[in-house]
Amino acid sequence: MEAIIFYLFSALTLAAGLFILFSKNLIYGAFALFLAFLGVAALYVLSGADFLAVSQIMIYVGGILVLLIFGIMLTQKKEKSDDSRRHNRIEVPITRRIWGILTGIGLFGLLVKVILSSDFRMAGEEMSTKSTIKTIGVELMTTHLLPFEIAAILLLVALIGAAYLALNRNPTA
Amino acid sequence: MTTIPVQYYLIVAAALFCIGLAISITKRHFIGMLLGIELMLNAVNINLVAFGRHDPERLSGQLFALFVIVVAAAEVTVALAIILRVYGRFKTVDPDKVNELKQ
Repeated sequence: MEAIIFYLFSALTLAAGLFILFSKNLIYGAFALFLAFLGVAALYVLSGADFLAVSQIMIYVGGILVLLIFGIMLTQKKEKSDDSRRHNRIEVPITRRIWGILTGIGLFGLLVKVILSSDFRMAGEEMSTKSTIKTIGVELMTTHLLPFEIAAILLLVALIGAAYLALNRNPTA
Repeated sequence: MTTIPVQYYLIVAAALFCIGLAISITKRHFIGMLLGIELMLNAVNINLVAFGRHDPERLSGQLFALFVIVVAAAEVTVALAIILRVYGRFKTVDPDKVNELKQ
């Protein structure tokens, strides 16, 4: 049962990724990314990371994906046309497509060879069915306190930087 | 709890990473490249979580994945702000056409 769900969500994620790779229209790609994020969240749940799956859905789907779609809509081409297939179209030269796909397949072959030839020996025991929220909270506030604070400062810096870059639209005026 | 070996997760993550890499190479659009980068970051997170399954006391893998999510959120906001500035100045989102520092 669990294996079926694993295969189902892996197939969903990879199919969404391939759809983004081959789709000509970027806004369809952004919506396919939604499916890919959902599939990844399901894979998190299957490997026992319930809190991380919920944060994945909240941060990626609720935040990053909306930002990306805003970005696509704000960078439309100037000329408007009635043909709906022309919006957000990306023309990809065939040589670049071939090279990109070749690079991807080559790296995938290398990684699969490494993964299949390696012999992982797991030290700890498997995770039980209990929730991970308590452990994550305690660990964040004790051993990982310094990275936690640095992440807070990083988010503040990114907020200020993004606001500055977006505000100052016309520096010559 | 689970019966799926860790190698399966690693192979799915490797496939997702390679798809993301191919997307960011092929797309001639800044935001298309960002989509590929997001997919690559997600693939790395799958690896971290799959290995973190065997560390139930300290959950280092899941914590690392959480920090990766935070950094990805910061990265995408700043990248979008820069893309909007580039679009306002050069009127294009094709990385091949933005080949001058100043216009």
